[in-house]
Amino acid sequence: MSNSVSALNGASANGFVQIRDMGLQGMITLRGDLSGATLKKAVQGAAGGDMPGTGRISLTDTGAAAWMSPDELLIVVPYAEVEAKLSDIGSTMADAHHMAVNVSDARCMFSITGDGGLVREVLAKLMPVDLSPEAFKVGQFRRSRMAQVPAAVWMASDGEARVVCFRSVAQYVFDLLKGAAAPGSEVRYMAR
Amino acid sequence: MSTRLANGGRLLDRGRRVDFTFNGKRMNGYAGDTIASALLANDQMMVGRSFKYHRPRGVVASGAEEPNGLVGMGTGAHFEPNQRVTTTELYDGLTATSQNHWPSLEFDVGAINTSLARFLPAGFYYKMFIHPRPFWKHVYEPIIRKSAGLGKAPDQRDPDTYEHFYAFCDVLVIGGGVAGLQAARTAATTGAKVMLIEQTAHWGGRAPVDGGTIGGQPVGTFVDDLVAELSAMDNVTMRNRTMGAGVYDHGYVLGYERVGDHQPEAQGPRHRLWRIRAAQIVTATGAIERPLSFAGNDVPGVMLASAVRDYVVDFGVSVGDRTVVVTNNDDAYRTAITLKKVGLDVPAILDARVTGQDSPLMAEAKSLGIQVLLGRGISSVKGVKRVTGVDVCSQSGEGAVLEEIPCDVVAMSGGWSPVVHLWSHCGGKLVWDEATSAFRPDVTRAPTGARGEAFVVPAGAANGALLLGDVLSDATSAGIAAAKAAGHEGTAPSALDVEKIKEAPMAPVWMMPQGAGIKKRQKAWLDYQNDVKVSDIQLAAREGYESVEHAKRYTTLGMATDQGKLSNINGLAILSDSLGQPIPQTGTTTFRPPYTPISMAAITGEARDERFQPLRQTPIHEWHVSNGAFFEPVGHWRRPYTYQKPGETIDQAVSREVKATRASLGMLDASTLGKLVVKGKDAGKFLDMLYTNVMSSLKPGRCRYGLMCGENGFLSDDGVVARIDEDSFLCHTTTGGAERIHAHMEEWLQTEWWDWDVYVANVTEQYAQIAVVGPHARDTLAKLTDDDISAEALPFMAWKDITLGGMQARAYRISFSGELSYEIAVKASEGRALWDALLAAGSTFNVTPYGTEALHIMRAEKGFIMIGDETDGTVIPQDLGLNWAISKKKEDYIGKRAQARSHMTDPARWKLVGLETLDGSVLPDGAYATAVGTNANGQRETQGRVTSTYHSPTLERGIAMGLVLNGPDRMGEVLEFPRLDGAVIRAKIVDAVFFDKDGEKQNV
Repeated sequence: MSNSVSALNGASANGFVQIRDMGLQGMITLRGDLSGATLKKAVQGAAGGDMPGTGRISLTDTGAAAWMSPDELLIVVPYAEVEAKLSDIGSTMADAHHMAVNVSDARCMFSITGDGGLVREVLAKLMPVDLSPEAFKVGQFRRSRMAQVPAAVWMASDGEARVVCFRSVAQYVFDLLKGAAAPGSEVRYMAR
Repeated sequence: MSTRLANGGRLLDRGRRVDFTFNGKRMNGYAGDTIASALLANDQMMVGRSFKYHRPRGVVASGAEEPNGLVGMGTGAHFEPNQRVTTTELYDGLTATSQNHWPSLEFDVGAINTSLARFLPAGFYYKMFIHPRPFWKHVYEPIIRKSAGLGKAPDQRDPDTYEHFYAFCDVLVIGGGVAGLQAARTAATTGAKVMLIEQTAHWGGRAPVDGGTIGGQPVGTFVDDLVAELSAMDNVTMRNRTMGAGVYDHGYVLGYERVGDHQPEAQGPRHRLWRIRAAQIVTATGAIERPLSFAGNDVPGVMLASAVRDYVVDFGVSVGDRTVVVTNNDDAYRTAITLKKVGLDVPAILDARVTGQDSPLMAEAKSLGIQVLLGRGISSVKGVKRVTGVDVCSQSGEGAVLEEIPCDVVAMSGGWSPVVHLWSHCGGKLVWDEATSAFRPDVTRAPTGARGEAFVVPAGAANGALLLGDVLSDATSAGIAAAKAAGHEGTAPSALDVEKIKEAPMAPVWMMPQGAGIKKRQKAWLDYQNDVKVSDIQLAAREGYESVEHAKRYTTLGMATDQGKLSNINGLAILSDSLGQPIPQTGTTTFRPPYTPISMAAITGEARDERFQPLRQTPIHEWHVSNGAFFEPVGHWRRPYTYQKPGETIDQAVSREVKATRASLGMLDASTLGKLVVKGKDAGKFLDMLYTNVMSSLKPGRCRYGLMCGENGFLSDDGVVARIDEDSFLCHTTTGGAERIHAHMEEWLQTEWWDWDVYVANVTEQYAQIAVVGPHARDTLAKLTDDDISAEALPFMAWKDITLGGMQARAYRISFSGELSYEIAVKASEGRALWDALLAAGSTFNVTPYGTEALHIMRAEKGFIMIGDETDGTVIPQDLGLNWAISKKKEDYIGKRAQARSHMTDPARWKLVGLETLDGSVLPDGAYATAVGTNANGQRETQGRVTSTYHSPTLERGIAMGLVLNGPDRMGEVLEFPRLDGAVIRAKIVDAVFFDKDGEKQNV
């Protein structure tokens, strides 16, 4: 429905990589016993993928499940399906102690695309994380900070990174990424 | 005169002429020049004046250790002071201006100080300007500050960009000389991920200047091959123009890359700060030559022997026609030999040593026809703005002149000091090396990491290995050792076949001549930049400054921008001699990062302008901006304080907002309010512990106001809790409390009640929340919904899910204003749509968006407390008359025990009351009510203070709340509140609820 607008309404910027607000993304915070079979089933039902290991994200065509902490996952689903997925999780988990809440609107997701090395360099200007190709592969997931705000990052493919931050600082994060991708500021550390 | 030679200059591109100006004078040089080499090529020997005596000063060195050659570079917004001429690459159009002189470099009024030098000894300022005490701050310091100082501060915003970059590697090699290159190669062959950084634009350091052969090839060829080999390796990153600025705990290193300094027109950042995490660090930072302390060693034309050599070999620059070399070691002979070979005159080598047999270098110098005078030194240097000659004396005497040798350059060498700075930054210890009279790293006491393991390995000259063969073998083992410690085993490659040139031992010479009298010692400079002489250190020692750290601060030795790179060892040798103790006993001052100054902007990185600080914005932020919002910071949020209409003052706008809301309809963006979901079968039990009242008895669909205290009983946060269903609650917090209270909940759940079934999530930003407030609030909502929102269906302190303007909304019927009021929550992405819908629906009721000030006034009119106003970390709920919100039945809650302590139950604690000024004026915020008498400090006794104070547009008078001794029992009494201007405001103690005491307005 047209009333729904993501924080930056799909804004994009082109530097030596491309930066894009991905619009509204369905996101669910799921907390519970990550070793439990019930939760595993709920994750498969919601995200379609396997249970992610520590520091990892399991990616599927329509979503993802990412490891946030020893008792928390981030489930990414299509925005329109959040309510349905929440109720699926609720019925699968039944009486098992858990929490599943919709955080789709509390977040903003960015896509950073381009040459794989350059995409990593843009992020490495802002995040204290080893983002080199050998240390940070597709399937890995990091909660860290981007300059002065919390952010989570993963590689969707070799040439695309995704960043999730809080909605209220979306403009700040967009400005950070845009500045870091300014033409002429390529570091040529991971990109040759 | 100094000039460009017809040939030579290995770093120059003679095909590319570069034009620049110095003090407005047009000059030219070549691509590859530094400012220093280009100035010398243009016979500009004098580059500045000294800090204290304003003595003429010329270039002394050829690298990062240069103390004198600091200039202001660029103009206007691109101006930057204190740029070191020896490390700044020349580019076309560069403008440089010398510093610390007035009116001009050639003629400087401050130079009078040099005649007064006798009256300006160490500690002069401390001694002279201490009395009378107030004069320092108000008279002396402002004047002294004007006459002191090096560069000027830029007066415009910096238009360049700067950035950080995080890098990770197994082995970081700092220094790209032969040692660094060799260490990097050996480490890289093990498969380790290696990063090699070099502060200059060139690889190989000074080895190609100093000469020698490796495998029969000149050093230069060896360097080129090594660079090519390393460049081709995938696991090696090489970065020149990148200085290792500091080594910190856990293998963290700051690298300072000067990306754009040499190409100011290029796109991209000017500086990049590398934040490197390395498993192991190799410091291959080389060594720095020491000056000799003789009278007049600061006259322009007196230079380090290595620098004289560098200018010839690297830049094809002759510093002068006739060079006298003065030395205590063999290395300076290389300078004499180099000069002689390019056809320059070397009248004599004054060697302070008396040796039996000629070393190979001595023999070579002699064979070139150079006069070598053993056991000789310089009695004094002739010349003021330029060396004209030297008086030669016997080193062992008191300076009686044996002969005068005319010359225009003095090339001095007092031996070499390993650059131990980076080794020392994180705790690496030093050992005194008798053979080289220098401190070198004590490898048995390296900087250690989290497991007690060494994480820094020194290599080459930085480790005290000064001869080429030793440098390379030391670097090879350093590379292997670092890689191994980083988890990569490898075997050392076979030893390189390095030409061995035997050198005679150096002899320590700390003063020249050995028996120099006071007049000579007063002209023998240790620290050129801060004008510290041998006599100053000796005076400090006589006055009792025995600790090297104290002597440093008293004399300012080594405290200038060169951080004592040239003066350190010489100074502490003089100090040791004065104290009659060996040098190692005196020790060194502390080596602190950065190695050389780095730009403030590089430290700032991207954090400037719009990226200076994250500003949190609600989904309705844009509307606020375009509708005259005057913002105030609330945490990182920007909230509208009020919305000004054209021609309105802020006070008028606030007043209009309050009146319109009370009369009809107001709207507030309350999205910033903290919202925490608490879920689980133990959620009720958990909230009963967190809040002072009972939350577990709350029925789904209902809301309850609650107070949260810390363990010490003090009020920490408040807010409305809504019960969503049997095992979940939504807790509202203050705007500034969301993250803090979330963390507070997690801490208790993770550390104390880990076995309770409770999860918490912060959903603050998931929802936009809008308060619809005023007598027409319900009418407005009714226009947008078909759901029953009557007083019966949605009573006060209840909530209900409704469809509002087609959106799923949750309406909380709660009030912070005393009006009929709803807070409507929708998904954040629909926040703006809801805001617009409410504005449209409310238009017939004169809907008035209001800001935080109107919110504050309306809550104060109702006597509602505000966290941060009525509370300040020392206030308990009982002080605020909130006993009704504290459960007496509950066995425990956080803060309960603390609130039972004697001080907390003391009836003399100040308590909350309303305050009404007799004349209707507004009390100053924070004003104290005075009492009779004075306290132990002679201060007026007090009996209360103002916590909130406003002009109430509703009551058209000043209203306030305050904490007053026995306040609730003193209704009607009048207190006196002195203002800062001395006037006294009288205010009556009244009930804190000023407006609608029975709550009729909110309960309709």
